[in-house]
This record gives sequence, structure tokens and C-alpha cells, in this order.
Amino acid sequence: MIKAKHGRTAALFIAPSFIPLVLFIILPMFAAAVLSFSSWDLLSPPRWIGLANFQELIHNKDFYNALKNTLIFIAGYLPLVYLLGLSAALALDRKFKGSSALRAAYFLPVITSWVIVALLWQWILNPQGGLVNSALATIGINGPGWWTSTSWSMISVIIPSAWKDLGFVMLILLAGLQSIPPEYKEAAAIDGASKRQILFRITLPLLTPASFFVLVISLINNFQVFDQIWVMTRGGPEGSTSVIVQQIVKNSFDYGRMGYASAMSMVLFLIILLITGIQIRLQKRWVNYE
Amino acid sequence: MNRTSMRPKFFTTFFGLLMLFPFFWMISSSLKNSVEAFATPPTLFPKSPTLENYRKVFELLDMPRLFLNSIAVSVTVVFIQITTSALAGYAFARLQFRGKNAIFLIYLATMMIPFQVIIVPLFIEMRQLGFVDSYLGLGLPMIASAFGVFLMRQAMLAIPRELEEAAILDGASHLRLFRSVALPLCIPTIAALTILSFMSVWNAYLWPLLIIFSPEKMTLPLALANLHGENLTDWPMVMAATTLTVLPIAIIYLILQRQIAQSFLTAGLKG
Repeated sequence: MIKAKHGRTAALFIAPSFIPLVLFIILPMFAAAVLSFSSWDLLSPPRWIGLANFQELIHNKDFYNALKNTLIFIAGYLPLVYLLGLSAALALDRKFKGSSALRAAYFLPVITSWVIVALLWQWILNPQGGLVNSALATIGINGPGWWTSTSWSMISVIIPSAWKDLGFVMLILLAGLQSIPPEYKEAAAIDGASKRQILFRITLPLLTPASFFVLVISLINNFQVFDQIWVMTRGGPEGSTSVIVQQIVKNSFDYGRMGYASAMSMVLFLIILLITGIQIRLQKRWVNYE
Repeated sequence: MNRTSMRPKFFTTFFGLLMLFPFFWMISSSLKNSVEAFATPPTLFPKSPTLENYRKVFELLDMPRLFLNSIAVSVTVVFIQITTSALAGYAFARLQFRGKNAIFLIYLATMMIPFQVIIVPLFIEMRQLGFVDSYLGLGLPMIASAFGVFLMRQAMLAIPRELEEAAILDGASHLRLFRSVALPLCIPTIAALTILSFMSVWNAYLWPLLIIFSPEKMTLPLALANLHGENLTDWPMVMAATTLTVLPIAIIYLILQRQIAQSFLTAGLKG
């Protein structure tokens, strides 16, 4: 066999995607790694400073706060979006009149941009005259400051995020549910299993591949959470919704600390790499493929 | 339908309506005057509907221009991205050449790099190239997609060899084979990829935020986010602007509902 028989043709077919990928993704990735060991304000030439950026990161309160907030965001968002998405998937896992219209209703926020979702909920949760506080005031309750209050701001960004992504989780879980052979449930029902037993002993265990996928993709996406938080709170008030990517943007574009921001990027990259690595290792052990 | 299954159906419908309620509230608020919009108790439907907020939007923002910007950027980027992805996908699926596996591994590794991680050096690069505040700077990082190549390769692997061999016997070149045999057979994947990448470019916020400054070059999400200012925000007017932006997308979604859901699944299950 002549292995290289299409060498020139292949080069022509591959170059249009390979060159941009090298220039605009792979090269910046290496640059981020190198920059993370240097100090650069874009005005004077970059200086190599070794591990100083990472040493600063470890002791920096703002970064620690952003890392903590990102974890709190995920800890609030993930159970909410998963349980609601799972309920929707279980409820819509059969055809009835209006079921496809309902699926569309659950999915509409998924295709809406984060900017619009953020603006929409900011208005609903507006402390003065927003729907929620006006409704609360009608029954005599003085509503909280939501996204303007340090204690409610995180909840105010978690709710819209779960609302937007719920339909996506539902879609993935629905596909998972539909791949479970109906015979299993039928056999269990004939043997006298209750609906609850079928759900917990058959449906949910067989749904683990889809659930695992949702978990991994949500973790990877939400360590990078930015858009909705930037629009709603800019990371405030008083840093109460400050997250990793917001710190990267702030340090690089507001303070001109390119090296320090790159060190943060590398930490983010390592976190995501770690999640992917764990996924690959554990997939075979945890996930029940029948 | 027995009686026990009525209750979950009721709840699903109720939550379905609850999911849609923010959209309803957006439209309702956009039609209220500034007194009624902030009123306690809130009114479900506007008492005396007004288009005043829409007039204000058109006064403040050049909406047709913003729509054209978003459409131009999205269509161009998606078209180039699909073309580059299909070409490379064809090479990896149908051609034999040295280093094929190694190069494909580079593509797979590229899929693992999150965009948020490279924004700083990418911005510096665009600055060096003089592409800041231009559509070149905005679009270039998106014209190639490792994920797109991966999907197209999967689709092109499924093409039966016999079709190709027959065409080669007829003396067709690989470029012709690509155009008249491979592409038509991959239309479902191309459609899915088009929907996914169109949505990601159309909704993009972070990169446009960093690279575009001039109001006349802004895309819709960027201009809308700017409406929410430091001081007092005219929320009914903002809701009019978001309504105008959501409506066309919602209509497209209702028409292409099945294809859109399918493309999300394609991405989810293969990626």
C-alpha cells in the first residue's frame, strides 16, 4: 500500500482549517503558558518572572474569592438544573397531546443568548418595580435587593442560568431515557415492581451515561461562567459574584496585567483538564452501560 | 389515559407555562408605559398598550444596522467554518497520507482548549496584527473549528467506498468527488453544524466585548448589553429591544424545532 498517495491533495484539504487553528488557538495556548511566567503590561517588553504570578495567585484574596464563587455557583446551579431537567425529561418521556409543544417551551431559553437571558431576569429581579418584588410588596413582604445585594446576588445569577440550561439537560436525558429498552420496565412491572421501584432500580441506573455526560459538560462549561454574570452584576456587588473568567478579563483588560491574567487562565485550563481526565478514567467504572 | 397520569401532565404543563412566563413578561413590559411597568401590584397585561418603548429603541439604537451586522458576521463565519471543516473532514475520512493520525490527534487536542483560556494572548495577537475593532479580529478565531472537522470526518467515514471507486474510475478528481459525492451525502451533518455554529456566533458575547468598540460595528448582544448602564436603566425600553431580538430567533426556532433539537443531540452524543 502506498501510504502517502494523496499527500498533496490532503495538504490542500487540511490547510484551510489547520492554519487558522494553529494561529488562533494553538499558538495563543502556548503563548498563555509562556506569559503565565512573565510580567507584561503591553507597554514595556515582557519580563520573565518565573513562578511569581502563581505565588501571587495562591495568596491573592480576589482570586481565592473568584475560585470560591465559581464553586458556589456550580454547587447551586448543577443540582437545580439537573433535578428540574430530569423531572421535565421523565414527564415528557411519552407522547401526549401537546407534549412536543411543551418540549419546545422548555427548550426556547436554550437558544436565547446569555445577554438576553441576563437582561430579562435582571428586570424580573429588579429591586424596585421588578416583577418579583412588586408581587411580594402586594402581599406585604419587603423583597430583597436581589442582584444589588451581596447576600442575594449569587442566587440572582444562578436562577437565570438554571432556567436557560434546563431544556438542554432535558434534551440529553430524554435521549438517554429513549435508549432504555421498554422491555426492562415491562418485565419489572409484571413482576410487581412499583412505579417508584422501577424509577430508582431501573430507569435512573440505566440513565447514568446521560447523567454523567450532563455532569461533565456542565462542570466544564460553568467553570468558564462569564456572560450572564458580567451583564447582571459585573462580578459585584463587592465581589460577591466575582468568578474566574471575570478576574481574567479584569486583570488583563482593566489593569493591563497580561502575565498575571494568563496565570489565572492556566489554572482554569488545568481545572478543566483535570475534569476531562477524571471523566475519561471514571467513565468505565461508574457508568452503567447495561 | 387513566386518572393517575393526569396529575403529572398538569404539573408538566404548569411548569412549561412557567418556563415561558419570562418571555411573556418581557413582551408585556415592553408594551407598558413607564408608570405601569414599575407599578405595585404588577399588571399581567398592559392596561393601555403603547409602542413608545419601541420608538425609543429605534431612536437610541440603529436596530436594522445591528441586525445586519449580526447576520453578516454570523453568515460569513459559519460559511467559512463549514467549508474548512468539510474539507479537512474529507481528507481525514477518505485520503491516505503520511502523519494522518498525528495531525488528527492535534485536532482532537485543540478541541480540549477552552476559548476563555486563550482570550488574553489572542487579543494581544489581534492587536499586533492591527485587527482590533474590526470584523477580521472578531471572525478569524472562529473560521476553523476542530469540533466541526471531527463531526464532518464522522459523517464522511460513513460514505460507502463503492460510490467513490466508481467516480474515480470515471476520472474524477478528489475536489470533484468532495463536491458532488461527499458533500451531498453529508447534508444532515452540515445542517446540524450550521445550526450549532450559527447559534454560537450569533449569541457570542465575550469575544465581541473584548475586540469591538465602535458602536457601528457592534453585534446585537453587545449593543443590548450596553443598554444596561451604570445608572438608571429604562427597563421597559430594554425589554422592547430584547423582544425585537428574540422574536426572529423564536420564529426560526419554531420552524426548525426538530432539526435544532437534533443538532444539539448530534453535538452532545458525538462530541
